[in-house]
Amino acid sequence: MSAAGSSRGAAFIAGVYEHPGRKIPDQSLMEIHARVCVGALNDAGLSMGDVDAYFSAGDSPGFGTLSMIDYLGISATYIDSTEMGGSSYIAHVNHAAAAIVAGKCRVALVSLAGKPRTGGAQPGGAGRAGGPEIDFEGLFGSTVVAAYALAARRHMHEFGTTSEQLAAIKVAASTHAQHNPNALLRDVVTVEEVLDSPMIADPLHRLDCCVITDGGGAVVVVGPEVAADLDRHCVPILGAAEAPKGTANGRIDLTHTGAVWSGPAAFAEAGLTPADVDYVSIYDSFTITVLETIEDLGFCDKGRGGPFVADGNLQSPGGALPFNTDGGGLCSNHPGNRGGMTKILEAVRQLRGEAHEAVQVPDCEIALAHGTGGSLAARMGSATLIMGREL
Amino acid sequence: MSDLPTKPPRTNEDSAPFWAATAEGRLTLQRCAACDTVIWWPRSLCPECSSFDLEWFDATGEGSVYSYTVVHHSPGRRWGAVTPYVLAYVELDEGPRLMTNIVDCDPAAVAIDTRVRVVWDDTGEGNALPRFTPI
Repeated sequence: MSAAGSSRGAAFIAGVYEHPGRKIPDQSLMEIHARVCVGALNDAGLSMGDVDAYFSAGDSPGFGTLSMIDYLGISATYIDSTEMGGSSYIAHVNHAAAAIVAGKCRVALVSLAGKPRTGGAQPGGAGRAGGPEIDFEGLFGSTVVAAYALAARRHMHEFGTTSEQLAAIKVAASTHAQHNPNALLRDVVTVEEVLDSPMIADPLHRLDCCVITDGGGAVVVVGPEVAADLDRHCVPILGAAEAPKGTANGRIDLTHTGAVWSGPAAFAEAGLTPADVDYVSIYDSFTITVLETIEDLGFCDKGRGGPFVADGNLQSPGGALPFNTDGGGLCSNHPGNRGGMTKILEAVRQLRGEAHEAVQVPDCEIALAHGTGGSLAARMGSATLIMGREL
Repeated sequence: MSDLPTKPPRTNEDSAPFWAATAEGRLTLQRCAACDTVIWWPRSLCPECSSFDLEWFDATGEGSVYSYTVVHHSPGRRWGAVTPYVLAYVELDEGPRLMTNIVDCDPAAVAIDTRVRVVWDDTGEGNALPRFTPI
C-alpha cells in the first residue's frame, strides 16, 4: 500500500502520443495540441469528454491553459499551468497524480506543442521580460548554448571531463535514433564527427546540441478505478518529485542540477534506488545536461559521469544505463524547444515493450524520466518521474 | 571601452542604485545589516534571513574567473557581429558570481581562476556595464 499522501501506485499513465512531424508548417500550434491530445486519448481508449483535468505550460497560445481548454472543448474541474520550461510536463504528471490522489480529478490530460522550426507561434516568455535578474544576465551576450557551455567548462575544470566524453553521449543517442523513422537526425555519428562539428560556444560543438523541431506530445494520467476499466497497458507512477535550482544569491554551483534534490525525493517515494532502474529518459538539451543529470540522480558518482558515458553505458541494449532510445532531443525531437514530454513518452514505450525492437530494453520493469527546464547556468526546474511496468 | 554591444539596462526600484553608481565607475553590492550576507543581484530583501534592512557598499571590483566560454556563434545580429567573445561568471572577492564578459584581451588568454578587475562600458545613457579584464 502507498504511504498516506503518496502518489505511489495511485495514478497511472494510460495513454501517450507523439506527433510524428518534425517540420509542421501546415498545422497551427493549436492543431498540434489538439492532434496529440486526441492521439493520447485514443491510445488510452478514452475521449475528450472523459477529461476532467487539463495541464499545459508556456507553449500554450493566447491565455494559455484556459485558451486550450476552450479550443479543445474540455470540461475541467482541475487546471494547472505550471511553467518551468522543458521540464514542465514531467512536473504536470507529478501534479496530476497528486490531484488524482486527492480526489480532485480522474482523467488528466497534459499536452505540449511547438513550432520553432517552421515559424508560427513561439513558446511564451513575455512574462519573463521584467524578471529581477534580467539585465544582470541579459546584457552580456549570453545564449542558450553559451550558458550550458559555462557549466560544461566548470565541470571539466573540477572533474577532468573531456569533450570526447561528452561526445560519447551524442554517439549513443545517434545509435538509437537510426531506428526511429521520425527522428530528425538518423545518421550514426562518431566521437570524431562531434568534435569536428563547428564550435558554437566553447566547449560545446554543434553536435553537442539538441535539434530544433516542430512537434508535440501528450499524456493521459488516470486513477486506479479508471485504469482498471481500460484495455490498454496502464503504467503505474511510482515516484515523482520536482526541485527548483537558482543562482543561490550569486553563489551558483554550475556542476550540478536540481536533480540532486528531485532525484532522491522521487526514489524515496518509489521505495527504489538507482540500481533498480532499467531504462532512463534523460533531458538532453545538450550533452552536458545528460552528464550532470546522471551524476545527480546517483547513476554514478559526482564527477565520474565522463568515464561512465565513455564506457558505452548509455547504449541500448547492452549498456548499464540504456538512455533515450528514441534518439532523444539530441537526434529525434525537441518540440517547441521543450524536451520533457518526449522523455515521458519513450519511457512509457519501454515499459509497455513498445520501443523499437533494436533498442527495446529486455524485461524493462522500472523506468525513469527526468526533465531540466530553464538554464543550467541560471535557474532551472528539475523534475523526476519513476514509473513501473506494473505495480 | 570594449567593442561589445552595450545596451542600457532597464532599471527598477531594486536595481536603480546599482546602475546609478556605475555612472561614477563604482561597482556596488548590497549587504544585509542583520546577518551580514553579501547579496547579488540587487533585491529588496535578504534571501538568507528575509530582512529588508540592506546597505549598499563599494566592492573592490576584483575577482577571479569562475567559468567562461568563448562564444563563436550568437543568434543576435549585434552579438553575432562580434564573435568570438568571452561570456563568463566572475567570482568577486566579496563572494558573489556575476555574469559578465572578459574583454580587452585575447580570448585564448582566459582561464578559470584568471584574476580580473572591472572595466566600464558606457551605455551613453547615464550608466555603464561592468565587464572585466585580466589584471
